[in-house]
Amino acid sequence: MVRGLLLCSRRIFSCGSSQTASLVPLRSVTSSPLLLSAPSPRPSEGVKERDSNRSRIAQCQNGLYPGHITTTASQKILLTFNSAYSCLTDPARDDMVAVFGETSGSMALRHMRRKMLADPVGRQILQDQPVINTRTVDINHLGTLPEGTFGKEYWHFLQDNNFSPDARRSVKYVDDLDLMYVMLRYRQVHDLVHVLLEMPPNMLGEVLVKWFEGVQTGLPMCYTTALLWPYIRLGPKDRAKYHHMYLRWAVRSGSTAMFLMNVYFEKHWETNLAELRRELNVEPAPVPLRKRKERPEE
Amino acid sequence: MAAPLSRSMFGSLNTCYRCSSKPNKGLKFVRNIYFQTANYQRETFETPSSTKDAEKETHFGFQSVAEEEKEHKVYEVFENVASSYDVMNDAMSAGIHRLWKDAFVEKFSPSPGTKLLDVAGGTGDIAFRFLKYVGTPTFGHPGDDFQMPRDVTAQVYLDPAEASSSSSSSSSDEENGHKSEQAKDGNYATQPDTMGNHVTVCDINQAMLDVGKKRAKALGYTTGLSWVRGNAECLPLPDSSFDAYTIAFGIRNCTHVQEVLNDAYRLLKPGGRFMCLEFSEVKNPLLRSAYDTYSFQVIPVMGQLIAGDWKSYQYLVESIRQFPNQEDFAAMIKSAGFRMVTFQNLTFGVAAIHSGYKI
Repeated sequence: MVRGLLLCSRRIFSCGSSQTASLVPLRSVTSSPLLLSAPSPRPSEGVKERDSNRSRIAQCQNGLYPGHITTTASQKILLTFNSAYSCLTDPARDDMVAVFGETSGSMALRHMRRKMLADPVGRQILQDQPVINTRTVDINHLGTLPEGTFGKEYWHFLQDNNFSPDARRSVKYVDDLDLMYVMLRYRQVHDLVHVLLEMPPNMLGEVLVKWFEGVQTGLPMCYTTALLWPYIRLGPKDRAKYHHMYLRWAVRSGSTAMFLMNVYFEKHWETNLAELRRELNVEPAPVPLRKRKERPEE
Repeated sequence: MAAPLSRSMFGSLNTCYRCSSKPNKGLKFVRNIYFQTANYQRETFETPSSTKDAEKETHFGFQSVAEEEKEHKVYEVFENVASSYDVMNDAMSAGIHRLWKDAFVEKFSPSPGTKLLDVAGGTGDIAFRFLKYVGTPTFGHPGDDFQMPRDVTAQVYLDPAEASSSSSSSSSDEENGHKSEQAKDGNYATQPDTMGNHVTVCDINQAMLDVGKKRAKALGYTTGLSWVRGNAECLPLPDSSFDAYTIAFGIRNCTHVQEVLNDAYRLLKPGGRFMCLEFSEVKNPLLRSAYDTYSFQVIPVMGQLIAGDWKSYQYLVESIRQFPNQEDFAAMIKSAGFRMVTFQNLTFGVAAIHSGYKI
């Protein structure tokens, strides 16, 4: 009963402030590679040291991190509903999907962070705060890996669709440094989930990946878009396939797979894709969605 | 006498007649975290203290920046907003900006034969209203297989063959003169129309001028319209060459407002009229607090939702607060040498029209 009370009190306090007491002392976020500023203080000092770091970080004009836009509650509400409307109706507005995710996702981000802290690899990711862009990942090297490896498949995904890992939108509306990183990591993992599930970035593939991610992360943006896009943007054939087979698979796969935010993907470029899927318990699609470019080697 | 449009007017955009001794320096491109690109990991942001100490500072919205930087930052703002400028204006003011501009041109009431200089008028709102007011003919829609002035009651009817040959001869004159500048940015100049009306649209930002040129083409204006890229603080145009100078919603973005006013005085002929339409101070405190709430809570949100750019619209609403109020601005106009300086509030002071004469 005492433990129950302690847990309740921790939950109450953590809902109020953004400075949740972590289960283990983390290296201070100011020394993360994302913020090129002050050296890190010792991790054992707790909340007080967080405050002074934050004031140093707040030397950044207008926010906690580069690109941060401080918004009031009413602005967030306006942004949430209008971006939801825009991203559902206008196919070209991927920035609206991003805004919707950030403004509506605070509870889900906290839940994700808690799950990451409960796992040793997740904790490692939160400490290192790795990012995937052209500076940290050598795309050309990924192209030299053997066929069937995770890195090579990711390289194919980028090449076939003319994507660049730099094109991921930065986080703007999350008012907490750690949650900002969680959101950023979610965006970067999105592409990797496409590769793991072998889903092309067309409308049906996006819907299925959103279902998978919605089940795993609980982000309202994922759920809303996954629920409504099929009825707004899918053609009748795709919708039939979705209803018949793919929806059930996506939800099942998402709920049985490991929590993918706890996977240090950067260490698995050379792992075989099928093996990686087995390790992570990701069930592949019953019928693969045809990719745009056939590869002769396979 | 109006100076004929000639090659010398477009000599060099880097120096102007007045400040040929101090040409524009090459602008340093300073990446500042105030404007983030989509991939923020690529940004290296400078700590605020590094650039400020030795240089003079000015305001950029509610931020403080070096004077040299401000021009470039404003340029970036308008480059970002140019494509959605008109849509955003309509959204932010619920279409009222059109009424303001109509009132502005009504107050101006140009007579036929006016040579107007419209500064910071990139997308051409005032220029097109002026041309419509003085009755400059438009030569039909692109799809028409005959050409006639849209307004058939116009006093002058130009034979289409004559019109096309005259415009082509004038444009060939211009083009032979300075083909290199035209080829680079496509800013063309045309002769005044048959009544002598002409408007020169100036803007520091080429993207805004491009939007304006597209609109001019869609509306069908082929005479009486010129486009010039330049800095309002020292425009590359000769002294005393315009009957009227208008600047609508542009002067608050200039780094040195007094220099813009001084340059306006230089460019106007004696008897010329200076007119400025700009956001101003709402006197009534209740209305002012409602206006402030709307500006700061809703407009940047609209900017993000419609144009995908929060920071530019945050800058725009902040720059309104930094601009002097009606009386102070009237005093600045007076100190540039204009007389009979008056102002008229629009919509309870949200916007104001200032007017002065060079006499």
